[in-house]
Amino acid sequence: MNFFSKLYYRLRKMWKAIQLYLVIAGPGIVVMVADNDAGGITTYAATGAKYGYHLIWFLLLLIPAAYYVQEMTVRLGAVTKRGLAEAIFDGFGATWGWFSLVDLMLVNWLTLVTEFIGMTAALHIFGVPPWLTVTGVVLLMAIIVLNGRYWTWEKIALLFCALNLVYIPGAFMVNPSVSDILQDGLIPNFHGGFNGQLFFFLMANIGTTIAPWMLFFQQSAVVDKGMQEKDIPWGKFDTLLGSALTVVVAIFIVIVTGTTLNGVDIESAGQAAEQLMQTDRYVGTFMAIGLFDAGLLGAICISLASSWAFGEIFGWAHSLNQNIKQAPWFYASYFFTLITSGLVVLIPGAPLVLITLFVQVIAVTLLPAALVFLILLLNDRATMGDYRNGVWQNLIGGGIVVAIVVLSSLYGISVMFPNLFQ
Amino acid sequence: MRASLKRLLRKIGEINERYREPRIAMSRVVRAALQFLRVYLLFLVCLMVYKFILLLN
Repeated sequence: MNFFSKLYYRLRKMWKAIQLYLVIAGPGIVVMVADNDAGGITTYAATGAKYGYHLIWFLLLLIPAAYYVQEMTVRLGAVTKRGLAEAIFDGFGATWGWFSLVDLMLVNWLTLVTEFIGMTAALHIFGVPPWLTVTGVVLLMAIIVLNGRYWTWEKIALLFCALNLVYIPGAFMVNPSVSDILQDGLIPNFHGGFNGQLFFFLMANIGTTIAPWMLFFQQSAVVDKGMQEKDIPWGKFDTLLGSALTVVVAIFIVIVTGTTLNGVDIESAGQAAEQLMQTDRYVGTFMAIGLFDAGLLGAICISLASSWAFGEIFGWAHSLNQNIKQAPWFYASYFFTLITSGLVVLIPGAPLVLITLFVQVIAVTLLPAALVFLILLLNDRATMGDYRNGVWQNLIGGGIVVAIVVLSSLYGISVMFPNLFQ
Repeated sequence: MRASLKRLLRKIGEINERYREPRIAMSRVVRAALQFLRVYLLFLVCLMVYKFILLLN
């Protein structure tokens, strides 16, 4: 009897913990899965086709990197109750603030263009013309955000996150060799040697796993959700789960293209899906659906990150809990970035694939600027108190900044001296 | 249009005034390092844009 009462008590406690998590869950998972956006899917598909399973170990390293970067935004948001843009303005003054804000707007807008590129490419496979995709997506996103509740928006976003898992059955359907994956993928190696192309791919993979918009988005989402200091452990768990999930999905995409398209020059995820259609109709369809979902989820989050940041700085009402009458400028900036980036895709002859890959690289190049501010803010004893960074957190954060700057520099050198790394 | 632009400029002026003094004190070395990082990152972005144009042609 004593055993059963203890078991009942423990199960009840566990169920309460799960219920509590389900209330807090959201920002971490949404931001991390949305990180596998259209540009991300293209990058992973191209990585698998180019390097097979050889860069899987590198993707695994990105789980702790993404977690340590993003969990800082949870602490900062929950403690200060303000977004990162406002925190930078307040902490470092207007000059640095404007630099960060303009940097964020530019990278967000470019990334949003890549989301539309991905979505139009995905639906093009099913015969949907680009203009119809752009119009449909803008209307769908209007319906999602105009319901006037953060909670509803978050649950819809979580539904799209679940769709992102479509790549997992896709990978099983192509029958990859597990021994090859373990042998080639888990032992660190630089297949093909050090060259500009490798630096480019490594940077693009970092750029799609940790991006500037994610820092701003998660912190603003934590604030909009109303998370408190006591919720920080759950927020961190949410972020860890999201980090693991995003990299697992990325690895499955690499396995799909590494198995079926290894050695084929893939320029985009849309092209990968079209080629996969010829070998296995279902895997190709999964790839296309996953690409559209990724683009949509990315677009939902990135456009919000910009609007939140603008609202914080200009003092406009900037919450999803407010309707269009209460927060007109918030929604105006949201739709402005959305529509203008959608229109770019409709320009005839625009180099869409090249834009997608370069946006990832430019995003990662500009990431250290935002990351340095975040680390400095997390070391502010007066604001953060017991929640400030410890030595290890600073070392990891600093290490990520240095690694990104070194990789960006190597890529820069390879651009200036193309024969140096051959 | 003109009035909106004026309002926007006034708002930017207000923001600049509000955040004129940084709350977090930075030593001269930290400030110089941040400045260097900003210039260096912009230089790298310019290089990437150059590469993009090269590939486009």
